[in-house]
Amino acid sequence: MDFAFFLEVLAGGLLAGVMYSLVALGFVLIYKASGVFNFAQGAMVFFAALTFVSLTERGWNFWLAFAATLAVMVVLGIATERLVLRPLVNQPPITLFMATIGLTFFLEGLSQMVWGSQPHGLELGIPDVPMEWLSQKWNINISQFDLFAAAVAGMLVAVLALLFQKTRIGRALRAVADDHQAALAVGIPLQHIWAIVWAVAGFVALVAGVMWGVRNGVQYALTFIALKALPVLILGGFESIQGAIIGGLIIGASEKLAEVYLGPYVGGGIESWFAYVIALLFLLVRPEGLFGEKHIDRV
Amino acid sequence: MLYRESGQFKSNYSEDQQIFPIRQDRIAIGVLLVVAFLVVPLVGNQYWLSALITPFLILALAALGLNILTGYAGQLSLGTAAFMAIGAFMAYNAELRIPHMPIIGSFIIGGLCAAAVGVVFGLPSLRIKGFYLAVATLACQFFVLWAINRVGWFSNNSSSGVITAQKIVIFGYDVVTPAGKYLLTLSVVVVMALLAKNLMRSETGRAFMAVRDMDVAASVIGIPMMKTKLLAFAISSFYCGVAGAMYAFCYLGTVEPEAFTLDLSFRVLFMIIIGGVGSILGSFLGAAFITLFPIFLNRGSEWIAEAMGVEISHAIVSNLEIMIFGALIIFFLIAEPAGLARLWQITKEKLRLWPFPH
Repeated sequence: MDFAFFLEVLAGGLLAGVMYSLVALGFVLIYKASGVFNFAQGAMVFFAALTFVSLTERGWNFWLAFAATLAVMVVLGIATERLVLRPLVNQPPITLFMATIGLTFFLEGLSQMVWGSQPHGLELGIPDVPMEWLSQKWNINISQFDLFAAAVAGMLVAVLALLFQKTRIGRALRAVADDHQAALAVGIPLQHIWAIVWAVAGFVALVAGVMWGVRNGVQYALTFIALKALPVLILGGFESIQGAIIGGLIIGASEKLAEVYLGPYVGGGIESWFAYVIALLFLLVRPEGLFGEKHIDRV
Repeated sequence: MLYRESGQFKSNYSEDQQIFPIRQDRIAIGVLLVVAFLVVPLVGNQYWLSALITPFLILALAALGLNILTGYAGQLSLGTAAFMAIGAFMAYNAELRIPHMPIIGSFIIGGLCAAAVGVVFGLPSLRIKGFYLAVATLACQFFVLWAINRVGWFSNNSSSGVITAQKIVIFGYDVVTPAGKYLLTLSVVVVMALLAKNLMRSETGRAFMAVRDMDVAASVIGIPMMKTKLLAFAISSFYCGVAGAMYAFCYLGTVEPEAFTLDLSFRVLFMIIIGGVGSILGSFLGAAFITLFPIFLNRGSEWIAEAMGVEISHAIVSNLEIMIFGALIIFFLIAEPAGLARLWQITKEKLRLWPFPH
């Protein structure tokens, strides 16, 4: 076994995992604050990316398009809170989950009706090519863009951590995540917090959408990355931001390694389910994921 | 006036325990069955029978299967389509490899294989619950489709992975007409719905509901957790497997693994949510709604486009349909979270007092 090749696969997997984490983060934010398993996160990523790329193609510059899309996502978040979540307060989690599947359909239809369904390319000026000095010195090919994506993910997590730990809103968010009723009792407006969380999740979706858009192009298939993020979520635990990051790294790395070293024996194409099986085996040992909150059942 | 149960006295336990304790219900069911078995095949044209009613019945059976697992036993599953795929492909193989295999036998073999796989993928439910379990069942969905695509044995080494369902022969008669396939589907669905209805009123069904309502409490009062959960997975997968086999034999005819994607799982899940979680009737109502609604929407949009004299492009119409579909699901959840079956319940209660509510 070639060690440099192993390192290359490992690094590639870890960096791909970062991309999964970007999507998983959006899930975690909403689940933490409102207990809603938001299946529409994938559709939100698609919607944000498509809006962004369509605006840039109409000649808007990067930051303007980014700000405009962000505004759209915030409006979307607030609308979701008002029209979907608020009427469904106190319903069982499965009902809320179903509502987000409905939202997924709605968003997929909406984005394709407004912006058309043809795929778009997206360029940020960072080429998706192997870094030269790495490949010359150690014969390891690592894409420049992957490193950029990792840096962006790191920055995003840092910003979110600052938001959660150091601001008034963050304190309120953590309080709501901890105990809805107690938070209400001390005067935290639950509805505002949910709207904020959905808006922040929209922001995360936008970042993830731009990153994935550069990697794979902005197209309908982008909605399926939500499915890629799910094993990351159950591995890391639904309630934990660091779980999303570390889960993403584990899933990304093991998936790539399995595809390269195990794939040839079973006929390849195992990427579609391997992540789920890892997550599943892991859950048998730790049913609440790596960093999830332990549930204590009382009768 | 018509729906009064006063004067219907129960004088022994078996009368008190019968499936439809109200006489009017029994008459209604009888009439419905007569219509379904005799009138529909005579009146319905080919399109209605083969493109609407048969898939509706088959998907209702799948929804019934999922409802047993999710609605009665409380285990959320997103792998319905995978169990249907196993049913379809194993029934095909049974018919192919076992000489003189009766078609019902193949359906049952398909169902049993699905049940076996269901038990394997139900094992995690002993450790994990809720959304973690839902995601775990996704593993089943992806793994099964991958395996069917990869392993040539399932599709008899056809290069594209597509199978063509064999001719249906019952007691020497070829069933080729839409009416014949409809009657076969209807018979299977009626028998299995009756079984499900009775099963849910038995000790097993009560154990399922106890697990759904609170599994710790259920295990404390002595309900064996492992047996109950795995049985729920097995029965549910069996129903889905038979539905899948009929989906292949009575509806599609030519089947590729891609007919059983996650989309189908979601559609079946929508059926039980809209129809009513934890209700046999709800599975049928939901299936009817989800199967018929897109067709009405399609017709409706054509009609509106004609009436307004504007040419709406096909892409816009199809996207609009998706949007309306999604919005309608949210609307339904908000308006009646317990589903269509609950609406029916309310209607019945109102009907009891009608027309003199005081």
